Amino acid sequence: MTTPAIPEGVKRCPTRQFTLWLAVVGAVLLWGVYAMFLIWYKGLNQTGMNDAYGFALWIWADLAVIALGGGAFFSGFLTYIIGKKELKSIINYAVIIGFICYSSALLILALDIGQPLRGWFIFWHANVHSMLTEVAFCLSCYFAVLTIEFIPLVLENPKLDRIPFLHHLSHNMHEVMAVFAATGVFLSFFHQGSLGGVAGVLYARPFAYREGLLIWPWTFFLFTWSAAAVGPCFTMLVTWLTEKITQKRLVRPEAFQLLAKISGWMLLTYMIAKIADTWYWAAVTAPSKGFSLMDFYSNNPVYGIWILIAELVICGIVPALILITRKGRENKRLLVTAAILAVLGVCINRWVMVLQVMAAPLLPFQDWYMYIPTWQEVATTILPVAYGAILISLAYRYLPVFPHEKELNPGQ
Amino acid sequence: MTQQPQHTKTKRYGMVIDLDKCTGCGACMVACYAENNVPFRQDESDKMRSLNWIRVMKVDNGKPFPDTQVCYIPMPCMQCDGQHMQGHSPCVSVCPAVATDYDHPTGIVSQIYTRCFGCRYCMAACPYHARKFNWWDPKWPADMEKYLNPDVSARMRGVVEKCSFCYHRYQKARDKAYVEGREELHEDEYQTACARACPTNAITFGDLHNPDHAVYSLSRSKNAFRLLERLNTNPKVYYLSSKSWVRRKADNYLEGENPEEIREKARKAAATH
Repeated sequence: MTTPAIPEGVKRCPTRQFTLWLAVVGAVLLWGVYAMFLIWYKGLNQTGMNDAYGFALWIWADLAVIALGGGAFFSGFLTYIIGKKELKSIINYAVIIGFICYSSALLILALDIGQPLRGWFIFWHANVHSMLTEVAFCLSCYFAVLTIEFIPLVLENPKLDRIPFLHHLSHNMHEVMAVFAATGVFLSFFHQGSLGGVAGVLYARPFAYREGLLIWPWTFFLFTWSAAAVGPCFTMLVTWLTEKITQKRLVRPEAFQLLAKISGWMLLTYMIAKIADTWYWAAVTAPSKGFSLMDFYSNNPVYGIWILIAELVICGIVPALILITRKGRENKRLLVTAAILAVLGVCINRWVMVLQVMAAPLLPFQDWYMYIPTWQEVATTILPVAYGAILISLAYRYLPVFPHEKELNPGQ
Repeated sequence: MTQQPQHTKTKRYGMVIDLDKCTGCGACMVACYAENNVPFRQDESDKMRSLNWIRVMKVDNGKPFPDTQVCYIPMPCMQCDGQHMQGHSPCVSVCPAVATDYDHPTGIVSQIYTRCFGCRYCMAACPYHARKFNWWDPKWPADMEKYLNPDVSARMRGVVEKCSFCYHRYQKARDKAYVEGREELHEDEYQTACARACPTNAITFGDLHNPDHAVYSLSRSKNAFRLLERLNTNPKVYYLSSKSWVRRKADNYLEGENPEEIREKARKAAATH
């Protein structure tokens, strides 16, 4: 069934089916909103956090979605700055995914502070030496850039496009998009990096602390690098999932192939840098503070050496090798497996850089600190997933997200 | 011609806690609760969410009876001087809203409750878990409200708090000295509530820079040590213990390392600064 609000020449599911889908995802969203209300109304005592675990599930979710949302800035960089025309097939979707990730990150941050009404203090009373200040400024600015990048697509909705002013606005915004893409790349470099710096500068936390270049710990560069490497994998993964659900081909295969190839090489070089960083930390940094590598991976029920192997080898080297080989990329099953592994790898990295840092004991007479999130934390962490699913559904239905959809599905 | 005001000498207020004298009675904790309006809840069984500005840790030598030995370690905020002794405390540099600050004239790390928005980055940065979060709004039994200390502001839900070395006592003592035309405080004019309350005099407080103060020589004695010195946090809380196993528990060492040698090296490095 086609209504005037749906882009011309494409087929979408009936309104009843779409409404039912929105109702299901909306129920999950409402569950998250209820938990969010409880947290804002009753305070952070609704969480499983404590004085040893000041950072927990939310900060991990923040770091993870921002890394995964890195597909937007890196794809934008490749499309508009480097001039990879093949990626025009997927760039709109990358921007939407980025928009969802970054808006979710901001929402989670608003939840995670004890005095939400004072959130603006981070801008007003900014401590320029704090990595978190840099995160707040760059994150907000980049979210504004993503919004600007998203607006022209919204204006391309057939109903809105009929209004001459909006039509011209959209056209003119497209014309200057390279400027915003470049701004986005610049901002992303800093906020991805400063998120890495958040853990890396903690010189009294030997598990997190890293030496570095000038004021930036090595984690600053590793976080930017890993987001650029894995962000496109997440974009590909969500696109593949959308294709499966809609049972359509939405993106040209050459876009997938190019993104996978670049992602693979980025991931491989990142892994070399990450392994070198881990080796130096284990051999020099941690021992200088009285810790051996295994002090961080033993005497506790969760954090064994398996987590390091999973991050570096299974979810690092393995997907990188798949993605850099033509055979690996061309085999859809292998390509998707590699993308899943890479996404898992970066999520593990963000997890250990937040939760394992908090868990590891520092004084010899202390034990490991363990933490179990409450349902309110889990619900509010799932909330952005439901919100993302709804926004993607609405965008897919009403906006021309995939410019080659008509050409790739001639029968429909 | 009017006389130019002279600047007072920079202080470095610190504490020396003699663990050989500490009996673990908890009087320091009680005094601190009363002095600093530290709230408590009816159910305080979850110690990971208990508010306390000083807590007493129980440590043993790990040996079975009859060789078991126990030591109690009172732990206030360590008031770290930070890397290079320049006030770059682990918590101060990370706070995004300058809600915690290093006071250079005294070396005391402050916390501005009305500035803090509860991001808890300082808690993540502190290796001593000295910083506490207000998980709930403070509530005292009705009659107790009359006994709150008017010199210390009560804190609200959602902000971080910590030991201030009873800074309000410093302010009072300084005001008194000013009225009396003095620039310098006497040693006993400014003492923390925990030091005053300790029944065995295990806690000594004063200016670590001032040779006339007891902490000056105590902090330089051969049995003096600090917690986690190898992290370069440069705490201003020193401990004394004649037992080597207690000193060994204060920091992390790799197999084959000699704690005394490493501590001596760290002490010399700190003295150079």
